[in-house]
Amino acid sequence: MVVEAKGLTKHFNRRTIFSDISFHLEDGESLVITGPNGSGKSTLVKIISGLLTPTSGTIEFYNDGKLLPAEVKYHQLGLVSPYLQLYKDLTAWENLTFFARTRDSKVDESRLKMLLKRVGLGGREHDELKTYSSGMIQRIKYVAALYHQPRILILDEPTANLDEKGAKIVYEIIKEQTSRHILIIATNEPDEVKFGMKHVELG
Amino acid sequence: MWNLVDKSIVVFRKDFQLEFRTRYALNAIAMFALTTLAVISFSIGPIQLDTNILAPLLWVILFFSAMSGLSHIFVREEEQQTADTLRLVLPPNAIWLGKWLFNVILLFGLEIIIVPVYFAMMNTQVENLSIFFPSLILGSLGLASVSTIIAAIISIASSRGALFAVLAFPIALPILFSAINSTRLSMEGAPFMDSWSDLQVLLSFTIIIITTSLLVFEFVWKR
Repeated sequence: MVVEAKGLTKHFNRRTIFSDISFHLEDGESLVITGPNGSGKSTLVKIISGLLTPTSGTIEFYNDGKLLPAEVKYHQLGLVSPYLQLYKDLTAWENLTFFARTRDSKVDESRLKMLLKRVGLGGREHDELKTYSSGMIQRIKYVAALYHQPRILILDEPTANLDEKGAKIVYEIIKEQTSRHILIIATNEPDEVKFGMKHVELG
Repeated sequence: MWNLVDKSIVVFRKDFQLEFRTRYALNAIAMFALTTLAVISFSIGPIQLDTNILAPLLWVILFFSAMSGLSHIFVREEEQQTADTLRLVLPPNAIWLGKWLFNVILLFGLEIIIVPVYFAMMNTQVENLSIFFPSLILGSLGLASVSTIIAAIISIASSRGALFAVLAFPIALPILFSAINSTRLSMEGAPFMDSWSDLQVLLSFTIIIITTSLLVFEFVWKR
């Protein structure tokens, strides 16, 4: 798997958020995006994941040298981010099975249970998300993002709302991802910046 | 094609679960329809209204009931900030079709209650059911289709409530004209062929709205 960004530029009205961002990532590589508040870290993450279109430039994903079409890209992508909200009126299990079904009609329940146990939420899956703390919701987002074993994992503020134990679980996930696939992190935490083999500094 | 249908059903199922839990749209539509029915019934008293008034009155109730609840399908995603999540995980057409299906089922479900209550309260009846049912089904399909695409357009605006009815009304006008006319004919007991042109307009317009929605929704939905 290869992620190729060329000359990414984003303007909001007349304001330039960032310009001419380029990088190349292959399996086993990681990229850290840093920058002060408002420098466009989340905007860049949204562009990489396909939620926003850049004003100019391209972001392309290749698998075995072949360009992945937009509709297939999502199957290779996992995203955890503060602006990616879950359905708080549904239970954690209903949320997770919904996301699983968006990829495949058959849900691998044993994998979901294994991931829930891994993030420390085994046994709470049938509670509505509105009864969860923000840290617990962040853990559910990891289950949703990791369920399909993404080859590109994008984490925007990966340890936001998490306690020490939760952060430790995330660092294990990060190490696992970089050992096999591609990882992109947007952060300003010194503990997380060290996970990046490549670095994009905004602002 | 089947992949698109499968994914639309995933969206429908999720929205159904959410509506079952919160009953927001269901309550809004049912309360509006029943309140309007009660007000009309009390205000006209024992007077027997003409079919020229009864048919438009039924569609006015159905139109504004739909306007009061069907926009919620997209507005909820924006208000709860789940729209980006949905954008990430599903193709735009599957989202539109799933939400359209939800609005269609919701509207049909409510009509099963509203329409018999309306005829009972107005002390009237349908003389030709072979006109009435196609009019009701096609008119509702059209209303649900217009509501779904307009809901997607207004969901990112700030004054959503006012915008929804204002934008939906001119687009829904051909549906309302034809549905009112064919419903009137069904109440008068006219032969089926008299309503044929109205039913054709209803069917064609619904197909046009669905096709146009599928073509433009990606541009409405993507940022």
